[in-house]
Amino acid sequence: MTHTQRQIGESVRRNEDARLLTGRALFVDDVRLDGMLHVAFLRSQHAHARLSSVDASAARTRPGVVAVYTASDLGDYWRPGPLLVPPPPIAGLVFNTCTQVPLAKDKLRHVGEPIAMVVAESRYVAEDALDDIVVEAEPLPAVVDLEAALAAGTPRVHDQLPSNLAAHAVQRKGDYARARAQAHTVIARRFRYDRGVSAAIENRAVVAQWDPHAEELTVWDTTQAPIPIRNGLAQLLGLLESQVRVVAPFVGGGFGPKIMMYYPEEVLIPWAAMRLGRPVKWTEDRQENFFATTQERGQIHDAELAVTKDGTILGVRDVFLHDTGAYDPYGLTVPINSQCTLLGPYDIPNYESEFTAVFTNKTIVTPVRGAGRQHGVFVIERLLDFAAKELRIDRAEIRRRNLLRPEQFPFDNQILFQDSAPLTYDSGDYEPALDTALEVIDYKRFVGEEQPRLRAAGRHVGIGVVCYVEGTGIGPYEGARVTVEPSGRVRLATGVGTQGQGHFTVFAQIVAEALGVEVSDVHVITGDTREFHWGTGTFASRGAVVAGSACHAAAARVREKILELASHELEAAQADLVLEGGRVHVRGDPTGGIALGALALKANPLRGAVRPGTEPGLEATAYFGPDRGSTASGVHAMLVEVDPETAQVEIKRYVVVHDCGRVINPMIVEGQIQGGVAHGIGNAFYEQLVYDDEGQLLNASFMDYLLPTATDVPNVETIHRETLSPLNPLGAKGVGEAGAIPTGALFAQAVEDALAGSGLEILEIPLSPTRLFELMERPR
Amino acid sequence: MTLGVTVNGARYERAVEPRLLLSDFLRHELGLTGTHVGCEHGVCGACTVLLDGEAVRSCLMFAIQADEHEITTVEGLAPSSGDTLHPLQAAFREAHGLQCGFCTPGVLMTLVPFLRDHPDPDERAIREALSGNLCRCTGYQNIVVAVRHACDAHSTPDR
Repeated sequence: MTHTQRQIGESVRRNEDARLLTGRALFVDDVRLDGMLHVAFLRSQHAHARLSSVDASAARTRPGVVAVYTASDLGDYWRPGPLLVPPPPIAGLVFNTCTQVPLAKDKLRHVGEPIAMVVAESRYVAEDALDDIVVEAEPLPAVVDLEAALAAGTPRVHDQLPSNLAAHAVQRKGDYARARAQAHTVIARRFRYDRGVSAAIENRAVVAQWDPHAEELTVWDTTQAPIPIRNGLAQLLGLLESQVRVVAPFVGGGFGPKIMMYYPEEVLIPWAAMRLGRPVKWTEDRQENFFATTQERGQIHDAELAVTKDGTILGVRDVFLHDTGAYDPYGLTVPINSQCTLLGPYDIPNYESEFTAVFTNKTIVTPVRGAGRQHGVFVIERLLDFAAKELRIDRAEIRRRNLLRPEQFPFDNQILFQDSAPLTYDSGDYEPALDTALEVIDYKRFVGEEQPRLRAAGRHVGIGVVCYVEGTGIGPYEGARVTVEPSGRVRLATGVGTQGQGHFTVFAQIVAEALGVEVSDVHVITGDTREFHWGTGTFASRGAVVAGSACHAAAARVREKILELASHELEAAQADLVLEGGRVHVRGDPTGGIALGALALKANPLRGAVRPGTEPGLEATAYFGPDRGSTASGVHAMLVEVDPETAQVEIKRYVVVHDCGRVINPMIVEGQIQGGVAHGIGNAFYEQLVYDDEGQLLNASFMDYLLPTATDVPNVETIHRETLSPLNPLGAKGVGEAGAIPTGALFAQAVEDALAGSGLEILEIPLSPTRLFELMERPR
Repeated sequence: MTLGVTVNGARYERAVEPRLLLSDFLRHELGLTGTHVGCEHGVCGACTVLLDGEAVRSCLMFAIQADEHEITTVEGLAPSSGDTLHPLQAAFREAHGLQCGFCTPGVLMTLVPFLRDHPDPDERAIREALSGNLCRCTGYQNIVVAVRHACDAHSTPDR
């Protein structure tokens, strides 16, 4: 038996593109149903207030309004949402669970929190009726600043708690105090790292339809996790899981916040559809998205690095505050990612990390592309930069001296990761990646010749190089079902939703290679619980790793079935069979044999007997669950020039050396990296949510909150390295978030280098031309 | 009010409220859902369509303003029969110029008149032309490549 056609590793053009390019692809807001009603939400104008009354009587009488619901109308259906990700079992952990509510009842805890829901014949009428609702609320001082949040006398976001403390966790490895005592130098700084909105260009949307005849609920949802949403809705609504179908069709970007949030809108629209007996649709507008879709917010780190004279890391201590927003339904994924990712690709024998998560009167914080990892990378990379400067060691060299060596894998970091598994790196080969990045960007020549020459000419040019790792591809599991149809085409169903990652192609490549068919002949279905209803979702850079491995396993089983049946039909030993071009033939007889479609028909006969011990059809379902995630890694390098008059930063070159194990489709991996870098550049230099002291978001539009445009983002030069993961049969590691993770650290280092001699230290991200100008002007 | 408009070559007459946005009219009255809505304040460009051959933001226009005009949406780009793509659409597939595809219709509709007026643009000009369309997935790099692909394919004589 031979594999004749390589599909894995090829830049196969995408199966999904024709639908997307011609406007035929279905997005949730495209769903049109007879009798469909439309929803608008009345949202809190206050960051923090006592809610005394909501009078919707006038709204209810407006022509075209079908129903208005407030918290008191929800009855037993009103209950706080689930804790989605229980925190890992860290010794001594404190965690106060306060999850979001469907409609505010007694208190308003952030601007944009829903208060009432209007259902009307059109969205226009529903929005008109919002003005008819009278809300009485007594404003309270808002908790905005995360340091002030814990001060005595600060108002509490949640009255039932003694303070605004949401969580406290300490993780330790080795003995940092002893390491510090032995250090030649200790570098200590305070860092701030703020994040913004995910800004998927498609806002959220939900459409629900109750079929009273079939007693079935269908929900179209812009979710990254249709199966958990189905399961949760069934439980909430008192239905069997099999009575609920959740469809996540094409989704216009996810980036984290479209995960299984059980957003208020997500639980209310299906409820209203059942209650009213008519289909109901809600589509978020962009302003709502700024207030009501989860975000990633700031952290403040007080960190120190203990090093020897030659720059060897003895230990790191980090104490940080994490802003979790008004509620904490997603547990501690973001701060634990920060805590774990700080360790990076380095051998850090002693580590002490303590964080305190606080409630504030701001939108809920959940993972956004990178999910807190960039905060950790920023801290360690900046500390290394300052250590290098102080010890007069080259920046690249201090990193090289501390990189883990290939023989150290698997490497146990002796702390717990966000998935509750030990933070153990499966495989890695870091030094060659650093060398490649330095070589491609011509580091030595730039630092030795070009930079001095340009500086002498008055130009402010700088270079940056940073390393990072990313924990990806975590469990628990995903599944896939592969079916050869009588047409000879192959049907592949899997549970993960898709938001642009190329699943229709990457999964098809895996199956096509196993079955010897064309990638275009594999028809992939994702994100429809009627088609596949076991699984979790698309997050933590896990689609290709976990669902991809399940596709691989299911395809391997179908391949066995094909060979078994073909061996019988062709009267040949399995070892003599060749599977290629959509046919099975005996080696040496390529024109003979049997087509897969014909074989599929024979596997499902209308007469005669299916042989004992066999199953009908050429179909198999398989699952894959890794014990723990695989660790991707990379090095980013950048050349910049800063205009000292305007503080504008021009990126001259951007190089990424990336290792995500087996690359299934280089074109798609490069696309993921390019998009991630753009997202990271936005985070580093353009995007920031600006709140005033009253918790009002001041820049809730794309006119005021700047996303990077085509003129702001450089071309990214990507180099792949493939250090295979031993944890899955593909050897794959995740890539979806990678590009966005080290960008802030890189930006800070390169800009600081461009302004070298000024004494400026960049201790915060995001910057902006304005902020950078302020920092440059600040007396030192 | 009664609106008479030609969309992708077909004539429509509809009674519309004066406040109905052109984007909502196209999507929800005519069912042409290929035009997407990303911000409703004219920044993201996802809703871009052609009005008498020029790119406009359909979220910033009322439907009635299109009265007696000609609109082209993404559905009108490729020939309606079969799986044939417009050369620009084909170039986007070839160069991986799209990921989630939500902004893509607006990007295409921005580029069609741009390429008509600038058949051989350099990278800077392409990026300037694209700067009114937000894409969160691609980092724009492969969109630029796709545009060059489309130009090169167009200038190949034996095509």
